[in-house]
Amino acid sequence: MDPIIRVEQLVKIYDTGEVPLRALDGVSLDIARGEFVAIMGHSGSGKSTLMNVLGALDRPTEGCYLLEGEDVGEMEVEELADLRNRRIGFIFQSFNLLPRLTALQNVMLPIRYRVENRISAEAREDACIAALESVGLGERAHHRPNQLSGGQQQRVAIARALVNHPSLLLADEPTGNLDSKSSEEIMGILESLNRQGVTIVMVTHESDIANHAGRIIHMKDGKIFSDGHNGKKRKEIAV
Amino acid sequence: MTLIEAIGLAWEGLVLNKLRSFLTTLGVIIGVAAVILMIAISAGAEAAIADQINALGADLIIITPTRGIPGRPPTLVYDDVLALAQSVKGIKGVAAEQIVADQLIKWGNVSFTAPTLGTTPDFPLVREAPLGVGRFFTQADLDRKSKVVVLGSKVAQDLFGDVSPVDQEIVLGTTRLTVLGVMAPKGKVADTDYDDRVYIPLTVLYQRFLTNPMMNNRLRTVFVQATSRETLDSALGQIKSILAQRHGVTLGNPDFIVQTQEDIIKTQQATTETFRTLLAWVAAVSLLVGGIGIMNIMLVSVTERTREIGVRVSIGARPQDVRRQFLLEALMLSLFGGLVGVLAGIGGAWLFDETGAMRTVLIPWSLGLAFAASAVVGIFFGYFPATKAANLDPIEALRHE
Repeated sequence: MDPIIRVEQLVKIYDTGEVPLRALDGVSLDIARGEFVAIMGHSGSGKSTLMNVLGALDRPTEGCYLLEGEDVGEMEVEELADLRNRRIGFIFQSFNLLPRLTALQNVMLPIRYRVENRISAEAREDACIAALESVGLGERAHHRPNQLSGGQQQRVAIARALVNHPSLLLADEPTGNLDSKSSEEIMGILESLNRQGVTIVMVTHESDIANHAGRIIHMKDGKIFSDGHNGKKRKEIAV
Repeated sequence: MTLIEAIGLAWEGLVLNKLRSFLTTLGVIIGVAAVILMIAISAGAEAAIADQINALGADLIIITPTRGIPGRPPTLVYDDVLALAQSVKGIKGVAAEQIVADQLIKWGNVSFTAPTLGTTPDFPLVREAPLGVGRFFTQADLDRKSKVVVLGSKVAQDLFGDVSPVDQEIVLGTTRLTVLGVMAPKGKVADTDYDDRVYIPLTVLYQRFLTNPMMNNRLRTVFVQATSRETLDSALGQIKSILAQRHGVTLGNPDFIVQTQEDIIKTQQATTETFRTLLAWVAAVSLLVGGIGIMNIMLVSVTERTREIGVRVSIGARPQDVRRQFLLEALMLSLFGGLVGVLAGIGGAWLFDETGAMRTVLIPWSLGLAFAASAVVGIFFGYFPATKAANLDPIEALRHE
């Protein structure tokens, strides 16, 4: 079976500053459907840049990115938007909920921007409630972000990422702003999503968070430094 | 995203910053109101001119002396009037007018001052000011220098109350005069109150009321009423040649000016035109300033919401979705300004009219035009900020604090 993600010889050069910065320096990677991958590395290692390229927010300077077999580099602006809308879900460290909107309205945003296979107004609300219920926040649909705890806000963000049923979930330091209890809750939700078949790629610099993933990639200076199955995780599954 | 959703989204953004939204639209409000007022005022001026034409008649010819040499008397004289009345064909009449300082008028215990006009028998006909009761003075009265007077309706009312004024004797200045008649009420025409004046034979004015002997027999204005529009041009020609001959001047270098009512109205229209142009500039500048205000606030809004834009792009908003969101906000801002401006324009026009400051006539299409102008301003000045928002780099936008 084709990998969901295949990148080959990705190079990303930033021309800012006097010396061009090679944020990505020849990254090649395959991620199979259903994997839970953690990308680790210090700041400046290129992990965020890789994440942005995988999320179709940024274009690589060189190299090739195939998502579900399609060349993302060849896509028009509108195709990229549709890609982010329906096939990729984003979770951010700072949640990035729109403060003026209720949880329900935040979750509904991706549906609103959907161009193809639009669903009726009644069905939308049901879909959003269902997504909120799947992260245990059905009761809080009409709260605004500032009325929710950090963990709850991140769960709303996950519901928003999932509402269009994407095949790939990208999480950028999803627990970076959370206490350890909330972090565990969020990681529990991600693991359960992964068991339901959602492919997850997560950037983190905390090893105990990375240990929830089945595969851990270390990056350094824009290159993949190590890539391997997470032994600890295997042990847990075995137990 | 459907249009209705996008409008709802834009509305949320504006309501969040109510005061800012209102202040931003002030320029548009003023501009739109100015457009409406401009059109209402010039329509009002045209209506006022039309009224004046109806009051004075379009077939009126006005003769004035050219500005004379200081120390020399004006060139028009009473004999010119007699000559014109006798010789010019196709006219209803000739009325000469000369004013003196307001005179004290007295009857019994009542006295007050009133503007005093010396004129000739054709005055009621030429100036379309009919008699109410009694009669006007005749050429015989002028020739004999009869001590008679005709009163404006207000003067008669103030002086006599319920008593019949005809044949009463009054004192005007130091002269005893017999009241011949009272004019019918006519009201004000171009700042002249026809009702608050007394009318005496021109020759009596020369004899009894002139303080400056140099002005004896002299005239400042002569009015001639043509029988119709068709005879107007011929009458003009005759008047010019008769006066030139009598004064010993050429038509190329006359010592008098012959104008028609139409000429004077055209001058007034030019004044209105100037005012209209001024208001048009006010409207244009206000709309421009208002538009720049909207552009400014939209740029601020784009900067403030950079992160929001990043989030929207990351979950699948296309550039045109973002552009439309901000364009709609700018449009709604300016349309809100337009709406308030239309109300302000209507209110302003009403206020001008009500307080008597200026006559205004609201023209319905001007409301639509002004409102449309606000929409154009919104789209034009909203386009740049909206495009800026649409072209933001999503990664930069997401990093924005």
